[in-house]
Amino acid sequence: MPAVSKGDGMRGLAVFISDIRNCKSKEAEIKRINKELANIRSKFKGDKALDGYSKKKYVCKLLFIFLLGHDIDFGHMEAVNLLSSNRYTEKQIGYLFISVLVNSNSELIRLINNGIKNDLASRNPTFMNLALHCIANVGSREMAEAFTADIPKILVAGDTMDSVKQSAALCLLRLNRTSPDLVPMGEWTSRVVHLLNDQHLGVVTAATSLITTLAQKNPEEFKTSVSLAVSRLSRIVTSASTDLQDYTYYFVPAPWLSVKLLRLLQCYPPPEEGAVRGRLTECLETILNKAQEPPKSKKVQHSNAKNAVLFEAISLIIHHDSEPNLLVRACNQLGQFLQHRETNLRYLALESMCTLASSEFSHEAVKTHIETVINALKTERDVSVRQRAVDLLYAMCDRSNAQQIVAEMLNYLETADYSIREEIVLKVAILAEKYAVDYTWYVDTILNLIRIAGDYVSEEVWYRVIQIVINRDDVQGYSAKTVFEALQAPACHENLVKVGGYILGEFGNLIAGDPRSSPLIQFNLLHSKFHLCSVPTRALLLSTYIKFVNLFPEIKATIQDVLRSDSQLRNADVELQQRAVEYLRLSCIASTDILATVLEEMPPFPERESSILTKLKKKKGPGKVPDMEETKKERNSDMNGSTEPVSVNSSAVTMSTPSSSTDLLGLGLAPVLNSVAPASAGGSLLVDVFSDNSPAVASLAPSAEENFSSPRIGSTDVVSDDPAAAVHDADELVNKFVCKNNGVLFENQLMQIGLKSEFRQNLGRMYIFYGNKTSTQFLSFSTAVICQDALKTQLNIQTKQVDPAVDGGAQVQQILNIECVSDFVEAPILNIQFRYGGALQNMSVKLPVTLNKFFQPTEMTSQDFFQRWKQLSIPQQEVQKIFKAKHPMDTEVTKAKIIGFGVALLDMVDPNPSNFTGAGVIHTKNIQVGCLLRLEPNTQAQMYRLTLRTSRETVSQRLCELLSEQF
Amino acid sequence: MIKFFLMVNKQGQTRLSKYFEHVEIHKRTSLEADVIKSCLSRTKDECSFVEYKDFKLVYRQYAALFIVIGVDEAENELAVYELVHNFVEVLDKYFSRVSELDIMFNLDKVHIILDEMILNGHIVETNKSRILAPLLVLDKMVES
Repeated sequence: MPAVSKGDGMRGLAVFISDIRNCKSKEAEIKRINKELANIRSKFKGDKALDGYSKKKYVCKLLFIFLLGHDIDFGHMEAVNLLSSNRYTEKQIGYLFISVLVNSNSELIRLINNGIKNDLASRNPTFMNLALHCIANVGSREMAEAFTADIPKILVAGDTMDSVKQSAALCLLRLNRTSPDLVPMGEWTSRVVHLLNDQHLGVVTAATSLITTLAQKNPEEFKTSVSLAVSRLSRIVTSASTDLQDYTYYFVPAPWLSVKLLRLLQCYPPPEEGAVRGRLTECLETILNKAQEPPKSKKVQHSNAKNAVLFEAISLIIHHDSEPNLLVRACNQLGQFLQHRETNLRYLALESMCTLASSEFSHEAVKTHIETVINALKTERDVSVRQRAVDLLYAMCDRSNAQQIVAEMLNYLETADYSIREEIVLKVAILAEKYAVDYTWYVDTILNLIRIAGDYVSEEVWYRVIQIVINRDDVQGYSAKTVFEALQAPACHENLVKVGGYILGEFGNLIAGDPRSSPLIQFNLLHSKFHLCSVPTRALLLSTYIKFVNLFPEIKATIQDVLRSDSQLRNADVELQQRAVEYLRLSCIASTDILATVLEEMPPFPERESSILTKLKKKKGPGKVPDMEETKKERNSDMNGSTEPVSVNSSAVTMSTPSSSTDLLGLGLAPVLNSVAPASAGGSLLVDVFSDNSPAVASLAPSAEENFSSPRIGSTDVVSDDPAAAVHDADELVNKFVCKNNGVLFENQLMQIGLKSEFRQNLGRMYIFYGNKTSTQFLSFSTAVICQDALKTQLNIQTKQVDPAVDGGAQVQQILNIECVSDFVEAPILNIQFRYGGALQNMSVKLPVTLNKFFQPTEMTSQDFFQRWKQLSIPQQEVQKIFKAKHPMDTEVTKAKIIGFGVALLDMVDPNPSNFTGAGVIHTKNIQVGCLLRLEPNTQAQMYRLTLRTSRETVSQRLCELLSEQF
Repeated sequence: MIKFFLMVNKQGQTRLSKYFEHVEIHKRTSLEADVIKSCLSRTKDECSFVEYKDFKLVYRQYAALFIVIGVDEAENELAVYELVHNFVEVLDKYFSRVSELDIMFNLDKVHIILDEMILNGHIVETNKSRILAPLLVLDKMVES
């Protein structure tokens, strides 16, 4: 090796770097850098031509400055000049600058491409390599366009140097990444596959990366790579430790290449051909055997390299999941690593074993390591290792060890790192439910969870425990007793108050026989917590109290006193106040029968996927929760096997909004309350009770229960979490589309609804695009367009049903044909229902079909305009509105909006040039209505005056409402 | 694939950075600060792989210098861990006992070495003599 002197003789660079190192403050550093930048800039701009050495020095300085986090906005031209030089040293530094500093959208690419083109044609391997490195590093689309044709040729040409082939392989991979459409598959693919046979291991290393990526996209096309990869791997693992010379690393033959080949094989199922399969099994066995041999070196590098290959082999064994013998051996090997002194190995073994646990062949073998894993949970010093241990315990859990694992996790939870507590809570909740034979154990576990880590118990968890208690009458009494006891603790978590309040409100009567938990004691116990709780919890407790009125008539007076107190009736929080007022009134007026109906016990919840699982999935991503599907299946069978079929009671069927009957605990409540269907609006709920109308009462019972489950909790945070609940106050949406026809109508976590529409005279066509944003299929997808009341006769809307299944990531289109029969005010409602992960989702949005869509613009002269204006002089024909500007008053924007509204914008009509006038005709099937409008802005006051004259009063009114919201 | 390659000293100063996916410069500085923080705070008992956002960091310490590599789930952690060591051995061979200063003053050369080993986020060469070959040609030209 040449002795390399510090700075390689570049004194200027050395001085600059030591200056920077000596800077005492960030300011001083920036000052020094700016000085240097100015210096370099002037050197570059100066008349004196710089020699190669100076250019190189300055580029090095710029690289250093860039590394310190300062953007470099000059020097690029100089770099391009350097890379076009014929001197290797200059060319090299030019390419370096470009690779580090130029991103793929730079305007310089064309110039750079020129240089690259020359170098690729130069047949000088060193130059070709530089050019290929540059493409592999920058890889813009423009580069792809320029070079996709050349690079495959270079890669497979017989006379290409090995090192150039290597660069070309990665270069092609890059182009495939940036512009897959430009890289043609074809005759070169089979030749690329044969690079796996290349004599040179460097070429094989590069080619394997390329083939793996391509095979992931086109497995069929690269299928032949399997047998070649197996035979290459076999030659490597059986070679003596010195055979591969420089590719042997600490006595391990070609470890990185082995890992890559094993990765490539993971793109495919086990080889079908017997011979190949046998050879691969041999390889894997050899790798497992080597792990048991005494190490050839004490160096950690040796064991690391060996184990890198071993872990990859185990991944392949797990991926194939077909050879029980290998799976068990893999498991035993990992078991050894679980107790290894190297933390890295313990971590990787836990991670790897987690996937092994989901294989039926090795699940039992994994379970034998339970004590070691529990021990890891207690003794590991690294939180990420403990996290892996939790994951593994979760994965290896089944009915035989659930009690032990849940107990250990609860134990660990007391001291667990804050960062992973929530996840552990979710896991414990899921396991406790999934493997509960005895549901009293489940209830105890969840209450323990709340006690130990109440702050980390998300709403899904306590919703779920209530859902289960409601559905299983064998634990209701036990639950009531247990929560009652838990609430005795002087300081208990608010989540416990919620669960306690809910359960006692439903089942407090089951323990009321015991004098120690008499109705009054129950009530006093709950009420003693009331003032320490947040508003949502208090709201829930108020609902418990009204339930108590029904359950325990003997304490009605006490409860009424509480509701009547100023702190309730005049509470500053409007929700609490409203509940207190309404419940008090209900308790005073309603007869016992009506009370019993309204406050009836909750009907069982329809079975569906636990929202806890959904939450855990969201936290971890599907890959990390390996046995999700199985979990789901098993839980369902649990529920169905041991309870009577869930019978939704008749009153639930009459519920106003379908989603609310399936949603637990307020998840679906906000929509009920804010729903577009006025009949189910929360405000009218109790009023209707007094109407003595028995069907109304029947339909209200479940709503009252829904109400009981604290709707306002839902309206703040749950709705955003649970898209099922979305119903949209639509006027805002409709307003958004008054002056435009296309856009996104609605979007939540699950789906996006896009719109495109066109209107002509009294006809319109609307394209609705439903996009599934999840990776899960929507089932039973159906939509309905509802025209309510008068709208039925005013609009005719026809459509075909869409396909009931919408694949994850897919979009379906629905076309609405719309005919306007007569003028109208309300908007049609689009109702969408589908099942997602077992839960019924229901949402409604107003469709932006507004009267102005049926405008045809009419051009007219000033004279005509005023003549007609005068003709429409009956007071009812004119509507005028003066309103404040909501947006900046921009003339051009206003003009665009008026045109978008559908009328012709008439220039030079109004004597005052700052006013806007427009004219158009509304087309309906029955009549046509001419319309003139005038908008007068007053910029000083930031006000507008809008005047509309049409021959029909209702049309004038409606158009005025619509247009006045736009400015 | 490998997302980025960082060399950082104990004071948290970046000495070399190479990104295999484009990252805006102002995001680089905050990413680097974040990454360094999560590696520097770890003890010897803790493992060398850190989960960070949607990828993993593999890091290794040499005296006062940390090498941190960001990888996605398609990489084998131990293989990347040893790649770091192989890289350091190449530097050692070229600079004969490499130091932080060597890296600072020969940024261009370190980049050449890295380019020979990792291209487009994939390991392309592991053989030390072949990695150093282009650099030796370059040195010869400078001498003559």
